[in-house]
Parts: sequence; C-alpha cells; structure tokens
Amino acid sequence: MPEARRVLLLSAGLLMSGALASFASADANLGLPPVPIPADNPQTADKIALGDKLFNEKRFSSTGEVACATCHDPAKAFTDSPLVTSEGINKLKGTRNAPSVINSAYFTSMFWDGRAPTMEKQAELPIINPIEMGLPNHDPVLKVVREDPQYIAAFQKVFGKSGERITMLEVTQAIAAFERTIVSGDSPFDRYYFGHDKAALSPSAVRGFDVFLNKGRCVSCHTIEQDRALFTDNRFHNIGVGVNRIQNEINDFAPRFLKAKADGVDVDNAVLSNPKASELGRFAVTSTLDEIGSFKTSTLRNIAVTAPFMHDGSLKTLSDVVDHYNNGGITDPKAHVNDFLSGGIRPLNLTDPEKADLVAFLESLTSPRFAAQGAAK
Amino acid sequence: MSRLRSDRRSFLKTATAAGVAGVLPLSLIELSFAKPADNFTFAYISDAHIQQIKGTSFVRNWDRGLIRAVAEANLLTPRPDFVIFGGDLAQLGSKPELDHGAELLSKLNSKLYCVMGEHDYYLDLGAYWSKLFGPQQYSFDHKGVHFVVLNSILTYDDWTFNRWPSAEQRMAEMAGLDNPNGSPFLVGQKQRDWLAKDLKKVSRNTPLVVLSHSPLQKIYKGWNFWTDDAEQVQALLAPFEKVTVLYGHVHQIQYNKIGAIAFTSAMATAWPWPYPQTYAQAESHLPKLTVQMNRADPFFERDATGWQFIDVHTGRSDVRYNLYNNKSRLVAYNEQTQQPEDVDYQSPERRTASQSHF
Repeated sequence: MPEARRVLLLSAGLLMSGALASFASADANLGLPPVPIPADNPQTADKIALGDKLFNEKRFSSTGEVACATCHDPAKAFTDSPLVTSEGINKLKGTRNAPSVINSAYFTSMFWDGRAPTMEKQAELPIINPIEMGLPNHDPVLKVVREDPQYIAAFQKVFGKSGERITMLEVTQAIAAFERTIVSGDSPFDRYYFGHDKAALSPSAVRGFDVFLNKGRCVSCHTIEQDRALFTDNRFHNIGVGVNRIQNEINDFAPRFLKAKADGVDVDNAVLSNPKASELGRFAVTSTLDEIGSFKTSTLRNIAVTAPFMHDGSLKTLSDVVDHYNNGGITDPKAHVNDFLSGGIRPLNLTDPEKADLVAFLESLTSPRFAAQGAAK
Repeated sequence: MSRLRSDRRSFLKTATAAGVAGVLPLSLIELSFAKPADNFTFAYISDAHIQQIKGTSFVRNWDRGLIRAVAEANLLTPRPDFVIFGGDLAQLGSKPELDHGAELLSKLNSKLYCVMGEHDYYLDLGAYWSKLFGPQQYSFDHKGVHFVVLNSILTYDDWTFNRWPSAEQRMAEMAGLDNPNGSPFLVGQKQRDWLAKDLKKVSRNTPLVVLSHSPLQKIYKGWNFWTDDAEQVQALLAPFEKVTVLYGHVHQIQYNKIGAIAFTSAMATAWPWPYPQTYAQAESHLPKLTVQMNRADPFFERDATGWQFIDVHTGRSDVRYNLYNNKSRLVAYNEQTQQPEDVDYQSPERRTASQSHF
C-alpha cells in the first residue's frame, strides 16, 4: 500500500495540472489495492513524465495524427466514448471498443482477448497495427526517440541510454509506468462500502448493490473483496456478445481461422480488421475450444462515463447491458442462445425495479474526477 | 504450440511442456503419428441427463451442457472419425427426453454410436431408445480396432419385472443413489454369451475397445459404480493383448488397469459426481445430495463437467478431457509403465491440494 500511495502522490505532484490533481486526495484510491509494479520496471517521476509524453506522441503513427491518447483520451475517461469501435489512422474503424486505461494496471492480461501479457507488451502492438497507428514496424518510433533532442535528454535521464541502446523495451516501459499512475477509486460505492459512509449511496443504489451480489450474479466475475474492489476476475467468458452474430458460421470459420493462424497470420492484425475473427474472442489467441467467443471481464469502475459497452460497443446504455444479462446472454429475448455460452450466464428474472436499482448501483462506481466528465456530456 | 511436430513423441512432449494448458492440439493430431493409417480420433460425450420439467420445458443447465459439447466436438480438426455417446441421454427415460436429446445430438457432423444408460432404460426397458438409436449391444471394426458396445446396466430379472407397481417407479428407484431399493448392474448371461461369440472371430492381438455405461469393474456399490458380473466380463476380455474399456456413469475422471484391460471413465456434460449443494438461488434440479465434493467454482454451471476426445494409436487410447473453466487433462497410455496415466498430475507432488474451505 505505501508503495502505491507514494506513486500516486508522486505522479499527481508531477503532472500538477488540473487533469490528474484529484489523485492527490488522500483517499483517491479508496477501494483499490496497491498498484502491482513489475520488478524490472520500477516507477520513477522522470519515467512517468516521459511515458506521459510518449502516450501523447502522434509521430508514432503513419499519418502523424494518432497517439495512444487518441483512443484513450484523458478527457473521456481514457476512452474514445461515444465511439462504438475505435478509429485509427485515416478514420479506419477497428472491431473493438476502446477499454479505459483507468485501473488497467490491475489487469493480469491486456486487450479484450488478453493477447498481450503485460502493459509493456500491450503498448507495442497498436503502433504497428494497420488499422490503429499504421506503422510498418517500430523503426520510425525508435528514430523519433533517438533523434528528438527532448527525448534524447529524457531517455538519458531515465534509462541512462542513448542512440541504438534505446529500444522498444525502454519506450514501452515508460508508457507502462505512466499508465500505472492512471488509477482511480473513491467512488460513492467505495465511500459506502470501504469508508463506511452509509449516506454515500442512494437507497436505489444500495438495493442495486444487493442485486449485484445476489440475484444478479454479477459479483462472481466482477469481484469485490474485503479490502478492495477491482470488479474483474481477470478471466475470459462467453457472455453472448458478438459471438451471437457469427454463430451460424463458426463450424466453418473457426477451423479455417486456426489453419490461417498456423500458416502465420498475425492475430493482432486479424482480430482488429476481420469482424468474424474478432468475435472468436480469446479462442483466437489460445486456440482453446472452450474459449470461443469469450472476452476478458472488464472492470466496472467509471463504467457510467464510458458508453457504449462491451468489447464491440454493441450495447448503448447500462440498461441495455442489464437486459442482456437478464435475458441469459441474448440482447433480443427471442434470439438464439449461442452454443458456447459460459456456464455462469443464465436468465436472471430480474424485475424492472431491480434492473433500475442495478443501474443505479453501476452509476455509483464513478470516481469524483470522472463524474464531472460524465456530467459534461 | 506454434510449431507443428511430425511425430507422436514430440507431440506429446509439446503437449506436456505446455502443461496441457487447456489447449486442444486441434490441428496437431493429424500430423502426430508416424503411420497415420493406424491412428485415429473419436469424440466421446456422455451423461447428458436431459430432463423434462413439463411440456416443452427442459432443464436448461443440462441442455446447455450437451449443446456445448456437441458444438465443440463439431470444431475438432481434423474431424473425429465418429462420436460415441456414452449413455444417460435422458434423466427418466421418457420419450420427450429421449427425443429432445436425440435432436441435440443430431447437430453432430460426425457418425454417432450410442451406449445405453440406466436413465435411458428403466422406464420402458430400452424400447424407445432402441427405436431411435438401434441395437443395445453391437460391435464394429474401425481401422484395425474391434469396438464392442455393451448394455451393462441390466439387472436381476426379479427386480426388473416383479418388484415395482409401475414403470415410473422402477425408473425412479434405479435413478437414486444410496438407495436400498436399487439393484446392482449386470451385463447378464445372455449378453456375455453374445460377447464370447462376437470375440471368437477376433484375433488375440487385435486391439479391443469396449464401451459400456457402467464401469466393467467394481468401484462403489452404493452408487452403482459397479457391474455385478464384472469379473466374468473381464475374463472374456482377458485373452486379448490390448483392451480398453471406456465408461460413463461416474461423472468424474477415473483410470486404472486390471490385467491387460485399461479402464478410463468419461466426464458428464450435466453435473459432476458427487457435488456440493451450491448456488441455490434458483431451483437447481440436481439430484438429492448424498456426499459433498469440492467443486472449484459453483457459480459456473459447466464447472466440473466436460467431454473427451480420444486418440487411438498402436491399439491404445489416450483420453483428453475438455474441462470447462479448468485445465484440460490428458490420460494417456504409458508404454513404459503399461498403465493409463495422467500426463500432468500422475505424481502426487504435481497434484493440486483439495480445498477444505470455500
């Protein structure tokens, strides 16, 4: 805990400007555990500042117009809300809804399908994805950081390296170090549950919390523990989103995808450019039959300000999301339930008041800083 | 798993190195064997327990288990040579249950062979099942292996014909566990005679695979993990050099060897045996609990269920268990120890300790 607090206060002090200042509040991470910091990439103030600069660097795209921050915009709770799926270079549309960077430091794998094991590895891929930042390889990135005087100074200071000795490892370590400062708790729910402030939640949200824990079965994947609430089990589940669109083609398509993969097709490229491949979910990464159409459990923190929802952005409102689960993994109650549905998903028989309460609870998971962003919409 | 290996040894090594981490070597099987003609795969789905609630309403949980196993078996690449359904398609043997189960099985895109389970049998003594699926005991040859399917869930005539006032009660009594009114399973004299005759035409070095619903061995009588004339059936199989018995019924992974006969069980698609009372927010339709079992994750209805696909090579069978929310397991025949062994968890120190508290 002291480590995380130190990092948070450090980053807030560093970045000063209004944007991240609210993290400086003593309880800004109420409800969150210490941020896991890899032993080989310790946090330093200079590294975090460098990472922030790299995160906003548009020269890392083929058009000079797209940075990490384009789809993970601090002014939009580090998403590109209200876009359904993200737009990269030349307004090219990908297949996935941009997940927020907020609290992503707690994930044990990155991307909706977990195809990157760490934040550092994650940062490598969008740069060279033809739909996102569109560079043919990482050489142009290295050219920028090895030749730009500001970067030369920063990399020298942070890593003691210059020229050829600066590699993508240092670049991604700095970006990840910055991203590990983007954590935020202290929502009304946190003040209610961990801060024991019974007035922090509305009666409706309190009732919704009960639905969340019991009849709604939400907490089994969106976990809450005694001293923390990450709202994710870091696992992958087929909840009937996306895969329902391709279920009639899977018998033919899934084996063909595996063959293409064995023949060397790039998974990162395929899942963002081919909508059918995208809906294979975790299966596209692991080739494991029981992961067909499954995606990572996203955190629910700040969910109310990051619409639309799900990996494909296919659900517009939290009410739609609740309906989808209430129907047992189908958005249209008359639709066919996909054959590979997770054993955790079943019809819930929630009443309309219970559904409304559950939405009120989800709306209580927004940190103070992002609540303002939600209100501004 | 990025490199395709061209011989079986390195395939197994690859699978082991990856910890059989839930990854089905879908495209690897085809390339795994030195003599492809001698080797083949089949899928084995068992114990679906399709259960009618009323009218067109069936227990959703059991439906989902069979639907998922069928859908996944259809994705195996290369396609398995055939699929075995290991018995207990229905819960109480009724026409609606058998019809509904048959419809779900009809989605399979491979040839299907069916085994009789006691839940399919004791309402009408297998009449409707036979109308749908054919004979209750039969044999066939496939790529040099002789397959025998037995109806191992018969019992003593007095119990079957004289004990019960109605067919429904007979079915219900046989469906219970720890039921003093139950009766041990039998292959029976008539079927043993048929088996002896069937095996006469098979040479001693032809690999045999015997499919039965109950274990053709005596494990636990109270739950009918038991066949009363198991020794007599084993005696008929004993002269053969390579015998594999695959059975359902037990809803858990078991493997052992008696003489030359290697036994391996199948998981159920419906529920694990035994299981704890868990997650009772909605009516569960689970049979009445007798003994608690650790269950990794009661939230997931598919947890501790699964299905299997089987590599047959040099006359021996390697059974790969596809287990939802859990790592796949591979019980392979070890030529050195001459035993079926769990590739990952055979040695005690490799096993995961049981959980004693949830």
